[in-house]
This record gives sequence, C-alpha cells and structure tokens, in this order.
Amino acid sequence: MPKVVFKVGDDISTDTIYPGRFMATVLPTETPQHCFADYKEFNDKANRKELPEGGIILAGNNFGCGSSREQAASCIKGHGLTVVARGIARIFLQNAVNLGLNTIIAPDVVAGEGDELALEKGALVNKTTGKSFAIVPHAPARQAIIDAAGLIPYARRKLMEQHGKRA
Amino acid sequence: MAATLAEKILARASGRERVKPGDVLEPAVDLAMSHENGALVINQFSEIVKDTGLEPRVWDPSKIAIIFDHRVPAESSKTANNQRKIREFVVAQGITKFHEIRGDEGGICHQILPENGYVRPGAVVVGTDSHTTTHGALGALAWGIGATEMAAVWALGRVLNVETPPTIKVVIEGKLPELVTPKDIILYLIGKLTAQGANFRVMEFHGSAARAMTISGRLVLSNMSVEAGATSGLFVPDEETVRYLREDAGVKEDIPLIAPDPDAVYERIVEINVSDLEPQIACPHTVDNVKPVGEAAGRRIDQIVIGSCTNGRLDDIEAAAMILKGKKVAKTVRMLVFPASGRIYRQALERGFLGILAGAGAVVMNSGCGCCLGIHQGALADGEAALSTTNRNFKGRMGNPNAEIYLCSPAVAAASAITGVITDPRKGA
Repeated sequence: MPKVVFKVGDDISTDTIYPGRFMATVLPTETPQHCFADYKEFNDKANRKELPEGGIILAGNNFGCGSSREQAASCIKGHGLTVVARGIARIFLQNAVNLGLNTIIAPDVVAGEGDELALEKGALVNKTTGKSFAIVPHAPARQAIIDAAGLIPYARRKLMEQHGKRA
Repeated sequence: MAATLAEKILARASGRERVKPGDVLEPAVDLAMSHENGALVINQFSEIVKDTGLEPRVWDPSKIAIIFDHRVPAESSKTANNQRKIREFVVAQGITKFHEIRGDEGGICHQILPENGYVRPGAVVVGTDSHTTTHGALGALAWGIGATEMAAVWALGRVLNVETPPTIKVVIEGKLPELVTPKDIILYLIGKLTAQGANFRVMEFHGSAARAMTISGRLVLSNMSVEAGATSGLFVPDEETVRYLREDAGVKEDIPLIAPDPDAVYERIVEINVSDLEPQIACPHTVDNVKPVGEAAGRRIDQIVIGSCTNGRLDDIEAAAMILKGKKVAKTVRMLVFPASGRIYRQALERGFLGILAGAGAVVMNSGCGCCLGIHQGALADGEAALSTTNRNFKGRMGNPNAEIYLCSPAVAAASAITGVITDPRKGA
C-alpha cells in the first residue's frame, strides 16, 4: 500500500520542485538529483533511500504553478513517486501526463506523512484514518495520452498516421 | 453561434465552425517559440521521430522561433553546449526566426516576438515558456507548454489534445491615476483572483482602461495572467494593435482583426475600476499576496531589479529614468536594469535614459531573463530582500530560498531605489 513520503503545502511552484539554477540539466536520468533541491528533508530521505517506488508526494492546491520547465515533472518521475494533490496547475499537469508521471487530484484530501493511501472504487481512501475522498478524473484529452503511455508514443502514432504509415 | 475570442481562434485553427468549452481539438500552430530549453525539445523531437522511418524534419521551419535569453551570454560550459546544439539544429532545419546573443536582434523572447511582428491577431502561439501568455496582448491565443509537447508540435504542426478552456471576462473600467500603471492593475487582479483562480481558463480583457492601454501596457497584463493560472490572457485587437504592428513592428501585410461576439458566453465576469487604484506590491512568497504599496512601505530593500518580459520595455525604463533623474540610488541598494531587447537597449541609450540610470548608480545589464529566475547574475544573499518589476516572487526564485522578493511597477521600484526602502512613488522620494 503506497505511503505518503513527503508532504508540502499550497502553491508549490516549479521553482521549488526544480530550482532554476539546475535548468541547464535536461536529461531525465540526471534531473532527479535536483528534485526539491532546497528541501533538506526530501534530500535526506532520498539519501537514506526512504522514497520507495510508488511513494506519494502529498500536495495542497495549485501544485506545480509557475514555470513550464518540464524537469519539474521528470525529476519526480525519476524518483518513481506519485503526486497526490488538492489541485495541480495546468502546465505541470500536462507535463506530468506527457511524461507518464502519475498524478491524482483529490480536492479534499487530508493525510499526514506515513499515512497509507489507496484507490478504491474511484475514490482515494486514507487507510490510516479510514477517510475516503472524491477524486477528479483526468479529462478525456489527457486520459488518452496516459493510456498511450505518454506523449512521445502518442505523437509518434499521430505522425505515422499523418504520413500514411502503420504504427 | 456566439463565441469568445479564444473559441473563435481555436475554431479557425481547428477547421471547425464553432467550439465550446471542453471540446478536444488539435489546433494548427502559427508560431512555436522556444529558448535555451530548445535543447530538451530537440531530444524529445528525436525520440518521436525515432523508428518511424521518417526524416527528422520539423513541420515548418518558418513557424518556429528560437531566442536565446535565459542565460546570455552563457554562464557555463553546459549552457554554452546547449546553445551550440540549438544553433546547429537551427542551421540543419533552416529555422528562420532565430535570434542570437546580439545587440541588434537579440533580447527576451516575449519582447522579440512582438517587436518583430511575428505575432498577429487571431494566431495560435505556443511556447516552451509559461509567460507565452504575453502574446495575448496582440489578440493571439498564446500559451505555455512543456518541451515534449513542443517536440510534438515541431513534428506535427498542431497541438495535440487541447481541451477548449472556458473564458473569464475581465472588465477594467476607469482612468489610471498618475504613477499607477498596468502592472498595478494586473497585481491587483491576481490578488483578487488568487494564484489558481484562472487555472485551466482564459482571461479576456475588456473595458475602457483596457482599450486605453498601449500595447506595452497590454503586454504586462497578458504576461502576468499566467500568475493567476490562466492558459492565456487576451485583449481584443483594435486600432492600437494595428498601430503597434505597423509602426513598431514594421508589418506591411494586411492585419485582419478578430473580436468576440457580443453575446459570447463567459464562465464568469470580473469587473474592476482603476480610477482610485493605488500602486500595488506582491509580497513574499506568492504572486497573489498583494497589498497597496502603503502597507509594505518602509521595508528595507537590498536589490532593485527593473526588467524582464514583464517590465523591461522602453516606457518602463523611461518611467524609472524620470524618477531617478538628478537623484542617486541609495548606497545600501544595488539597482540592476535589464532592457527587454537589444532594440529597447539602443532606444533607451539614444534617448538618454540609460545614462541617467547609470549616473544615478544603477547597473545597466544586457537584455536577458537570468536574474528573474535566479540562473544568471543578480543572485540574493541569505536574508536579503529584492524589489523587482519581474513576475514571480516564489521562494528561491532569485536563486536563494532564504531571500525575499517583492514585485512592483517600475515607478515603485525607482522611487524605492532612492530611499532604500519600499516607497510610494506618489509621495516622492
């Protein structure tokens, strides 16, 4: 059962998730080392290997606001984490969908670090507190890209269709 | 069949009679802009084309713009290598709207695009930069996208899976008092709407104050509409749009205008009157933490910044120069001025503004974005505070999470430079 491994508040910008001074680094294999670079707690956990694959970053409203830098999505994906947020800013959400970073929007979610969260019958359940929260499903436009395993395979298929080729 | 401006533009670009919020479209792109992050777009573009048997050619090299502005001149070998990779790609693909690190043609992307006439009313513009919303000032539907999404645009010439956004109509009435500026209007609006108030929505600006605004002022509102979360922030193109495109941008071709229908359906209407508006300040660490300048007055400031895609235009530099003429920047303050483009730099030089500012103690920098986002010059020390005409005051934005950033108009910045503390320009310095 995935646990909340890191909790942040409202309006966490992409400057916070991936500080500008690392923007010249673009490779998805290299961006995770700068994820939440100015958050000692996150880095300590990463160094102690306390960010297990599938672990959850729990955020408030407007997560990923600000800059369109895609490294903010790729660095979290590189850690294998899922973002559960009360709300996500448009560009970050689209980047997450495009790159295959798992995101769940639950506008009323309440949970603390260490709580276990699970998706059950279309709702987000905090197994630690027993409370259940509604989730906002991805819009069809974004779900289609998620179903294709990201924008690169999706766009490749469109490109081949455009040139009359079979994928 | 009534449509908002965004709906009209998306319908045309998608070959449809009409569209409504929620419709999923693949609009054709008129202009696709990138800066140094083009290096990542190139990687992702190669990934898309890989194994298709197709040549890695962009869909239309005349519709791609690449402007070096984020770290100019390069601050590290890593950036220099990214820039070289982009230069080589530009040559190989025949990309024509490329702006080098030069004093004649270079500058900040969101100034270069309008001043060269690349953006036209009714166009679909995407850019790998969140402040691509800027170009709504000319009546284009312009929004920021990520690098992978741009790679798909380079391959296909259209944006995939665009969900038609609902529109918020923002009606700005009244006449701005002296020393109160378009920057104060947008800060006030963001404070009112909140940083997420327009997320997934388009803002469409109307009203007497919107119509009275020059393109330079409209660019400020459209630029910062993303700070309320907006996908795009549009003005209805009019005679001022045509004047700008003809006189400032040198456009010779026809400039067809486009307008929303009078009975268009808006999700929400927000009305403000600016006749009594005071200069505004966005306090740390969110852009919607906005107060009238009086409530922040007296706060000690270590660094003043005038520039960026928000407020680095000729009228901004002129406003600062008029306030600082015959005065001195306080000894406790470092003042940095970044003209938004090489053209603006030369105009400000010819008109004597740069001489006034430098003589007062400001440092005139080359055009670029670096300081605003803490990646190239002008970093802050622990515990320091900056007062800046840029667009974001997020924790860590200017390179140090232990510093504070206040956002304001050029008039507030210049008046505060003299005193060394946040100062209401109407009260003099």
